[in-house]
Amino acid sequence: MTSDTVILEARDLQKRFGAVVAAQDINVKVASGEKLSLIGANGAGKTTFMNMVTGYLKPDSGAILLEGGDVTKLNPRQITQRGVCRSFQIPQLYEPMTALENVMVAIGASGRRFSFFQPADLNETVEQARAMLKRFALDPYAHRPVSELPGGVRKLLDIAMALVRNPKILLLDEPTSGVSVDEKFPLMETVMEALAAEAVTVIFVEHDMDIVTRYSDRVLAFYQGQVIADDDPSEVLSDPAVQKYVTGTAGPATAPAGAEKEAEA
Amino acid sequence: MHASTRRTYLSGLILAAALLVVGFLLPAWLLFTVTKAIGYGLVALGIITLMRGGLVSFGQGLVYCIGAYAAGLLATRIGVTEAPLLLLVGMVASGLVGLLVGPLIARYRGIFFAMLTVALSMVLYGILVKMNAIGGSDGFTLPEPTFFGWQPDVGTSDLALYVTAVIVACAAATACRLYYDSMAGMMALAVRENELRVEYLGSSVFNVTVRNFAIAAALGGLGGSLNAMALGHIDPLFSFWTTSGEFVFISVLAGHLSVGAVFVSALILELVRSFSNRYFPETWQMIIGIFLIATIIFLPGGVGSLFQRVLKRGPAAGRGESAENEGRAAP
Repeated sequence: MTSDTVILEARDLQKRFGAVVAAQDINVKVASGEKLSLIGANGAGKTTFMNMVTGYLKPDSGAILLEGGDVTKLNPRQITQRGVCRSFQIPQLYEPMTALENVMVAIGASGRRFSFFQPADLNETVEQARAMLKRFALDPYAHRPVSELPGGVRKLLDIAMALVRNPKILLLDEPTSGVSVDEKFPLMETVMEALAAEAVTVIFVEHDMDIVTRYSDRVLAFYQGQVIADDDPSEVLSDPAVQKYVTGTAGPATAPAGAEKEAEA
Repeated sequence: MHASTRRTYLSGLILAAALLVVGFLLPAWLLFTVTKAIGYGLVALGIITLMRGGLVSFGQGLVYCIGAYAAGLLATRIGVTEAPLLLLVGMVASGLVGLLVGPLIARYRGIFFAMLTVALSMVLYGILVKMNAIGGSDGFTLPEPTFFGWQPDVGTSDLALYVTAVIVACAAATACRLYYDSMAGMMALAVRENELRVEYLGSSVFNVTVRNFAIAAALGGLGGSLNAMALGHIDPLFSFWTTSGEFVFISVLAGHLSVGAVFVSALILELVRSFSNRYFPETWQMIIGIFLIATIIFLPGGVGSLFQRVLKRGPAAGRGESAENEGRAAP
């Protein structure tokens, strides 16, 4: 499904939090329809990258281009309206509402205008919400308050809400975190099936290398704010630097650049 | 028309009709009390609109007072005594103030938002106390209102104002109910639960907040101009923080579930005030306090949750029973 059209481009992104380098010289081009995964240890800069793309953080310098247009200065709402939607590591739901109502709110938020005197539970809205729940196999939970739902279900609902807008780019922040090992693959399977009909570009943060290998076309490996590898999953995972600093498959990960970091601090 | 919309319109109409009939049976002193309670209830309706979006204003005296003074000045300075027109002007004046103030304070939350609203209302109080041209701290008296050119005599003017108040209150409550049940109203609940997610779904928290604040302000102005006419006299105490406190009291007592509950709560406050004044002078605040504590402990959803419980009991209980029967039949 990958085409040659660049949908998202990051140019020379830099971001520091005091002495900590969260992003350094990040140059990435994402092709339309690509499934891109971000790997790296905690604090390596994956989430910072994601937060900059969604407008939650502004880079110190550099630019983010969406379909060639500069979106660096936009806030999360404006970026969402341009078709970049995200899910969260900790699902961000409306706890007292039911799963159906949560999706209805997402539908309401994606509508341009809504009438003040027309009920929220119009048939078409409810049908649309039900269809979205069904895509994620969430229909049995439609009328349960989300605060009562199990972790994996909450994760799926969080993603379903992000998909309501038919985004061009969907960012998933650790879709399988907080889900038991047995549930990880079924969950990713459900997500990818739900996305199959869409020409959506997916960027996801993931710690499980089996999932990375199976579900991504391309992997970015982060280490200390830099992209240290950018290639097919098999290439990246066999890269000695990645094995050393990210996956830890080449013995315990030590930080050779730690001296630099200390000097900066 | 959607079934729930039709139900809302119908209940508004039926309630208005019933209250109008009741009005002809009530003694004059009670008519006055109910009218005043409706004025208070309208302001509290504004507060519960804000509460649904996660905010509480402790300074609704500001818009209550602006509505009252707008109507009062129009009546005394320009000589307009038409009650419907005075209500409209009070509502529009306060609504405009809400639209101006809203964007300035919409980014604040919790105690900061509440204290800013108090501060603004006390600034208005301070200004009005010093403005001797419009009565200073004594305020001024309003002429008797007229109704479409008709000047009721002393005996019927309370009833005329009561009828006006009932119609206005039922229209406002119906409009609010429709708004709460709409997608826009649902977005306000979403804002209360999780602002971050609302923004990440592409909707503006700021817009929802300003909209709710402006609606609350317009309702406050409506209540203010109504009570200005009911009392026949206005003074800067309309904007004093204790007045705002009473509105918050009514809102907490009512809860945000039912639009009718604010009027019931306002009436409770007015009746407790009247009777306590008579039988336990100087201690009525204590009785109000006990009432509030009891509400918070025993009825955290407010009086409105009682209504909902009664309304839901019918069909829900029926369903429960049939399920039980099926269960019994199965083995």
